[in-house]
Amino acid sequence: MWQELRAALRPKGLEIVTVALDSGGAIAARPWIEAAKADHPSLIDERHLCDELLGIVNVPSGVWIDETGTIVRPPEPAWPRRPAFADREPRPDDPPLRAESIRVVRGLRYEAERYIGALRDWVERGAASPFALPGDEVVRRSRPIPPEVSSAAASFALGLELHRRGQPERAAYWFGEAMRLQPDNWTYRRQAWTLAGPDRERFYATDWLSEVKRLGAESYYPPLEL
Amino acid sequence: MVAAVFDSLFVDAATFERLTGWSMRPEGLCRGERCVPVAAAKGRVDVRAFADRSSSALVHDAENGLWALGPESGGRALASATLPELELPQVDGEPFRMSSLRGTKVLLVAWASW
Repeated sequence: MWQELRAALRPKGLEIVTVALDSGGAIAARPWIEAAKADHPSLIDERHLCDELLGIVNVPSGVWIDETGTIVRPPEPAWPRRPAFADREPRPDDPPLRAESIRVVRGLRYEAERYIGALRDWVERGAASPFALPGDEVVRRSRPIPPEVSSAAASFALGLELHRRGQPERAAYWFGEAMRLQPDNWTYRRQAWTLAGPDRERFYATDWLSEVKRLGAESYYPPLEL
Repeated sequence: MVAAVFDSLFVDAATFERLTGWSMRPEGLCRGERCVPVAAAKGRVDVRAFADRSSSALVHDAENGLWALGPESGGRALASATLPELELPQVDGEPFRMSSLRGTKVLLVAWASW
């Protein structure tokens, strides 16, 4: 998805690095990476280290890092273009739940044009770009860590470990704790629901569609604060 | 700091550093310029003492004898604008350090297959 932009901006001094937040590791991520024919570094984050190190709670999220290794924009929704699935129409033969899911996905916020415009400006102008934030603003915009968010991270780590050990039911208990403690962390939720596979309904009382409808599709990705 | 799982509350300092990024120094456990005054007895970190003094959550799964340590609470995910040291495998398994890109602007994009 990012390869085209990378080809355009690499000669101007920008590298793109993708990180798959995926406990399924390279096996889960490789088909997408190969389909994208990505030339850029494509990293795998099985432990979700970036969630906590950078404060990422949903995907896709972009972080800008300047030539000195300084973050100039913390995690925020990042789309290279409006995704094709955002304009899909339900077909008459779609089951009701699928049709509803397509309609909800259409209602999510995709601010690709504004985001890429700001990115191009930063690539051209560097620190002079108004979109490159000072350090104190980067810190202020990063996610707060109250005690319950620390507990959520510990619970999620236990869930991943127990899933790896072949205890999906016990893992689901800890994933559920992580969701309860940090309900706006969609990387925890979506990873846990996927890992549960056919047991999802047995382990969890809710799902992505129900939760996004409850929240309101327009709030799933926050507005860009450019 | 990232969450880490242990099967004991006393962990050798090298393992603790590998999993959490906090290393043993004379002044305590340190990460960058931040130090937490926890003494290591015989080279082992007292995880409960570290959790108490760093305001990090410590969660216990009694059925499996596991403890998980969360990140320090009370601050923000980014304590400063400096990118934390981050090394992850590429899709072919080769390790990649983000610091290898110093001198270049980088857009890091987090995504997932799920």
